Amino acid sequence: MSREGNGGGTAASEERWTRLLMSALDGELSETEREAFEDVLEHDSELRAEWARLRRVKEVTDSMKLREPPEEVWGSYWSGVYRRTERGIAWILVSVGAIVLISWGLVHWVQDVLADTSVPGLIRWASVGLVVGLVILFVSVVREKLHIRKSDPYKDVIR
Amino acid sequence: MSHAEATDATLIRRAQGGDRAAFGELVSRYMRRAYFGALGLLGSHDDALDVSQEAFIRAFRARRSIDPERPFFPWLYQILRRLCFNVGRDRGTRRRLLEQASPWLASVASGAGAVDPSRAAEQSELRDRVAAAIQGLPAGQREIIVLREFDGLSYGEIAEVTGIPLGTVMSRLHTARRSLAAKLGDEI
Repeated sequence: MSREGNGGGTAASEERWTRLLMSALDGELSETEREAFEDVLEHDSELRAEWARLRRVKEVTDSMKLREPPEEVWGSYWSGVYRRTERGIAWILVSVGAIVLISWGLVHWVQDVLADTSVPGLIRWASVGLVVGLVILFVSVVREKLHIRKSDPYKDVIR
Repeated sequence: MSHAEATDATLIRRAQGGDRAAFGELVSRYMRRAYFGALGLLGSHDDALDVSQEAFIRAFRARRSIDPERPFFPWLYQILRRLCFNVGRDRGTRRRLLEQASPWLASVASGAGAVDPSRAAEQSELRDRVAAAIQGLPAGQREIIVLREFDGLSYGEIAEVTGIPLGTVMSRLHTARRSLAAKLGDEI
């Protein structure tokens, strides 16, 4: 039975050939599949050529393996993970602390500017505008991040 | 029972209870698979080390969502592959990875005895070309061929860790092997 005899050229026969070919290359053919595969090869020179080509690719990849890293990588692997986890927590604390301190400093600075009658009115209003603008920007960014985290159906999609 | 003797499920439960050493044992068990998984996808030792460690960090942060009754590695691998694909997605990074693609493959030792220098040079050149050809494949095909050829996973195991249907695994493998045959041409 050739590929044509099995509905050659159709998507179903292509899919069947793909399964047989891959299973044959990787030694996963059952006895029945092996007979079917040999039958297809016997009657179709095009597929015979593909089989020979892919078998050569398989021989080449079989002669290679992933390169081992230096042995010391494994000894320090977990400590690397642990250190980075700790640093992640440290960065969160540093960021939160910095935001609180900067906010506190800004509020006090604006209060001082507003209380100082020698400062021109335009500068006082600009100071208030700067702080209010920064607060709005911060709230907007945080709200957007939270919204995406809750509702984006594609957040886990590999892009 | 010590951590070394505990099952993955026990270690996961201990880690969920805040036991970092239990998570450390899980890392020791799966660091090689995670590293080699990333190496095949990224083709660079430094990136594979960095990304595989990052996958464990994210797994630790999300440890409460792990189902201890299910295999740990397929869950971890989902994080790992997403990180790898995101690294490889950036065009500049991709170019850099392609340029340094050669060192991630090695020849399987052919046994004792003297090696003909010209044969060794040929092998080395072919290895570099195969590595570059694999790195040039689309991410989805590259992943399947690396898992099959270098990690030695069966089709069923590949389908399990990637979450891709078995038929798609086989068709991607077929397309990847065809592409490799076309890229390597007469050299093989």
